[in-house]
Amino acid sequence: MTTVPTGIQPISTGRRVKDRIVHVLVYLAFAIAVIPLISVLWLVVKNGMQRFDLEFLTHSMRNIGARDAGGGAYHAIIGTLEQVLLASLIAVPIGLLTAVYLVEYGSGGRLARSISFFVDVMTGVPSVVSGLFVLAFWILALGMPFSGFAGAMALSILMMPVVVRSAEEMLRLVPNDLREAAYALGVPKWRTIVKVVLPTAFTGIVTGVMLAVARVAGETAPLLLTVFFTDSINNDPFNGPQMGLPLYVFDQAGRPTDTAIDRAWTGALTLILIVMLLNLVARLIAWWRSPAKRGS
Amino acid sequence: MAKQIEVAGLDAYYGAHKAIEDITMTIEPRAVTAFIGPSGCGKSTFLRTLNRMHEVIPGARVEGKVRLEDQDLYGPDVDPVSVRRTIGMVFQRPNPFPTMSIYDNVAAGLRLNGRFSKSELDGIVENSLKGANLWKEVKDRLHKPGSGLSGGQQQRLCIARAIAVRPQVLLMDEPCSALDPISTLAIEDLISSLKRDYTIVIVTHNMQQAARVSDKTAFFNLAGQGQPGKLVEMDETSRIFTNPGQKATEDYITGRFG
Repeated sequence: MTTVPTGIQPISTGRRVKDRIVHVLVYLAFAIAVIPLISVLWLVVKNGMQRFDLEFLTHSMRNIGARDAGGGAYHAIIGTLEQVLLASLIAVPIGLLTAVYLVEYGSGGRLARSISFFVDVMTGVPSVVSGLFVLAFWILALGMPFSGFAGAMALSILMMPVVVRSAEEMLRLVPNDLREAAYALGVPKWRTIVKVVLPTAFTGIVTGVMLAVARVAGETAPLLLTVFFTDSINNDPFNGPQMGLPLYVFDQAGRPTDTAIDRAWTGALTLILIVMLLNLVARLIAWWRSPAKRGS
Repeated sequence: MAKQIEVAGLDAYYGAHKAIEDITMTIEPRAVTAFIGPSGCGKSTFLRTLNRMHEVIPGARVEGKVRLEDQDLYGPDVDPVSVRRTIGMVFQRPNPFPTMSIYDNVAAGLRLNGRFSKSELDGIVENSLKGANLWKEVKDRLHKPGSGLSGGQQQRLCIARAIAVRPQVLLMDEPCSALDPISTLAIEDLISSLKRDYTIVIVTHNMQQAARVSDKTAFFNLAGQGQPGKLVEMDETSRIFTNPGQKATEDYITGRFG
């Protein structure tokens, strides 16, 4: 049987080899990226599980001596939750409104461009600087006490650019067709934004906010300068020193006894779990709000 | 409720670029007016100037007069939002709101503009969907997302959404260009029945469609690349397609260019 030359040729050996090599490189890069992640998680879980018990979750460090076993991070968990919640209450509305301005109203004007520039600058601000700023302005200049709220302000400075950037991306993804459809129905611009644009971008905005929360929940430096330390439970974030989980880990890890080191590991594990839990809740909210689910 | 539109000496710009120049025409009520012409000749731009959607684009502006009956749409104290409430629009690509159900999509224009009772809304939604020939297909799944419909159904949903706010004029910007022939037929039938109540203006690239659905046809053309588009002629559709007054119109409809 004779074959008519069609011009279609088999894959050459050289291309096969190149394909293999690139395959291997890509998998290798993936493995290298995942190794530190897995090893951190594994170490934290292994060392943290020893003290991850009811006592740890329900007791503070009050009256726990330097060499005593026991004690817990209840005061730090309360502190972290309150500080992150307050920081979100400050940063999310401001960040979201900024993003709405940049996408819907600024349209490349001078103000929009300078805001964009300063948001980029803020993204690069080291976390300790935001702590120093609140320390200098709120605590030293205005004479306010160390408090969870001061810490929340420092954290909100770190959250804001992350919220602005992610919300901006999500708002830009909303097709212009939808805005025009709403305008053509005689809907004013602000209602179009509130009722059409924001709901369409909702899922993405929630994800962005969660990333920002996850980022600040583990910050230690700004809290060191603004909420100070305490071994006792302080439920009032507006008055007096509080604790936070990152501070707790930092504090316990610096103590010379094994029981303290164990507490530090468990504190780290608790922090990871809290961030994961918040993420899960946000995903549930996003899933519950998504149109695909409502249709089923 | 249908009203006449008069346009006089209208120019539209995108920044410094003049997209259409010196358009004067009268659009009759209770009739279908079709705009035809080659791509880039400003048909869609002109359509968007009729309900002040043109100025939504940054840098875009309009000079000249558009009158709905006796009212100047570009008068100094006219609210563009209320103009768009009076003159509805259907776009080239079906664009139902993805976060809303079929019911909410149709009710969107009403809900976003004021308060209506549940029974009032139910009635308007049903009538609008019936008006758009979609009621039978969706009445059992009104609360499922509008994005789950086929392209043709989505476009009829958008028409239902547009007529739910009871506009006086309905502008359609190539409403069938993304649809298959059967959906196109459904929409053309719909246009013919809607013209009893509305003034309808339709932009189309499909000349058979213009011939089928419209009473009057306006032919637009541009002198060359970068030149503004102009109205070449406007007449009864039957005349434009059988005995046009201009050579350019004849060349275009017989397929010699464009």
